Amino acid sequence: MDNDIVLKTEDLTKHYGGVHALEGANFEMKKGEHVAIMGDNGAGKSTFVRQITGVEQRTRGKVFFYGDEVNFAGPLDAREAGIETVFQTLALADDLNVPDNLFLGREKTKWNFLGPFRFLDYKAMHADTMAGLEKTGVKIPNIRNTIANMSGGQRQCVAIARTATFASKLTIMDEPTAALGVQETAQVENIIRTLKEADEPLILVSHNMRQVMELVDRIIVFRRGRMVANLNVNETNGEDVVSYITGAKTGAEFEGAA
Amino acid sequence: MSETSDGIGGLTFDKSKKSWPNELNVLLALFIIVAVFEILGQLLPYMNDQSFLFDTRGRFDSIFNEARLQIIILQVAIIGIIALGATQVILTAGIDLSSGPLVAATAMIAMSFGQTELVNGNPNPKAVFGVWAMDLPVIVPIAIGLMFGAFIGFINGTFVAFFRIPPFIATLGMFLICRGIALWWSGGRPVSFPTESYKFLGSGMMPVVWFLALAAIFHVILKYTVYGKHTYAIGSNEEAARMSGINVKRHKVLVYMVASMLAAFAGVVLSAKASTAQAGMGEFYELFAIAMAVIGGISLTGGRGSIIGTVLGAMVLGVIRSGFTFIKLDGSYQLMAMGGIIIAAVVLDQYRQRNRT
Repeated sequence: MDNDIVLKTEDLTKHYGGVHALEGANFEMKKGEHVAIMGDNGAGKSTFVRQITGVEQRTRGKVFFYGDEVNFAGPLDAREAGIETVFQTLALADDLNVPDNLFLGREKTKWNFLGPFRFLDYKAMHADTMAGLEKTGVKIPNIRNTIANMSGGQRQCVAIARTATFASKLTIMDEPTAALGVQETAQVENIIRTLKEADEPLILVSHNMRQVMELVDRIIVFRRGRMVANLNVNETNGEDVVSYITGAKTGAEFEGAA
Repeated sequence: MSETSDGIGGLTFDKSKKSWPNELNVLLALFIIVAVFEILGQLLPYMNDQSFLFDTRGRFDSIFNEARLQIIILQVAIIGIIALGATQVILTAGIDLSSGPLVAATAMIAMSFGQTELVNGNPNPKAVFGVWAMDLPVIVPIAIGLMFGAFIGFINGTFVAFFRIPPFIATLGMFLICRGIALWWSGGRPVSFPTESYKFLGSGMMPVVWFLALAAIFHVILKYTVYGKHTYAIGSNEEAARMSGINVKRHKVLVYMVASMLAAFAGVVLSAKASTAQAGMGEFYELFAIAMAVIGGISLTGGRGSIIGTVLGAMVLGVIRSGFTFIKLDGSYQLMAMGGIIIAAVVLDQYRQRNRT
């Protein structure tokens, strides 16, 4: 299979009991590409992300990552394979500081013969954290500060900085700016641009039309659990995308889907 | 090493808040309570200018009343060992009510393997087993006690983590089971006449040595090891811990096992100190252990607090107990005062939590 393809899904389907949350999604993205996923609430965006990242197990279909078929048993599997996800709910431990959160579940350790009581290598984690934050351009006044003492924007930046620290092969952001103010949103968008310059592939789930038009190469629209459009940003406009989202239009290749 | 990341990001964030460590609050409270008793000692008409911990009139070798301090620590040391375990369980947002009865059950079981064969030349009148279990090396009763504790903790943890029983209920059941085991073990009769080496485990200031040594060990473990980090992470945000790939269930079982092993060890030390083991031992110990942790600033919602806090919390309870005896008020007042302080500690914790960003 072509190794230029970062992620490919075939007939990806998820049913919650009788609810068809995701139905037959065929998705493909290339190296260095930034793809946005749009759609109304309940259109299947987050469901799609959860199947790829192993948070949930799909009902049917195949997922290929860099050409290999993958079956992630859980989010850790996906992360080990190189998929870093910034979840809608932040998945940060409030009472821990920045390096602790970045390395949660994959701490750098020494004296490993001690098993669960092996010691943390704070120095190495600290250094890697600084490197990761610099790479993403995230500014945090004091990384020893606990997450509880940080603003929403700083928290989001910490979550995103994880991706940079661990040299991921694919970054997925699920509405990273939904809860942020204008300035903080700008900060996160800057990070996304930094990732683009570094040729890091990204899937961005977002409701923000301006953001999507500015940042990504391609827009995938979901409606009622199905993919209904695959649009090149240069060949479309906001109005057009909205009509796909609301159901006024359906992409030619997806006719009969919804 | 620099604490600030100098990225190219163009935003300056609001200045980070310097947080005042909670342990200092507890230490402050400790000093205030000591001062109150000191003043009461001077003011109360029937006290005849007695001093509590500090003496300026040169009646002791130093201005510091070391004897009283030793007694205070000795009185809280054994429950303090349990509190070290309670701290870890509470850090995961759990609770362990079974530790008090576990102390009694372990005391009975462990001492059964730590009895001496001959008492004043006669066979041990309280023998539980035959001669084969007499005069064994002291490591045997300790190992058996710890294994029993680990077993009970394993069951607690399994029910909490894998069967999703609320910790309060799971350990409440174990509370009754352990008390039952203690009564059943020797048909309600006390176990007595331990070997000299067994007695040594609880003799003199040994309980204090155990308490402080274990406190130091677990302080290091909670602060500098993966076990500690995951314990805090689970209590702080269990969902995040799971998403990060921590095996939350297995870790919880481990925490309950460690806590129960500490309680079991407290049972061994208690029976060694008393030179006897009885089924009614350790009453309310689980509650006092939890109280020490809570007074020491361990948040009942998990994720916040430290071993240092718990040690200070133990000292607060010890000072109050000793202080009430000092001003000649009986146990009923002590209980009321302790109850008030526990509630105050939780109120303070809630207040701190509400004022977080």
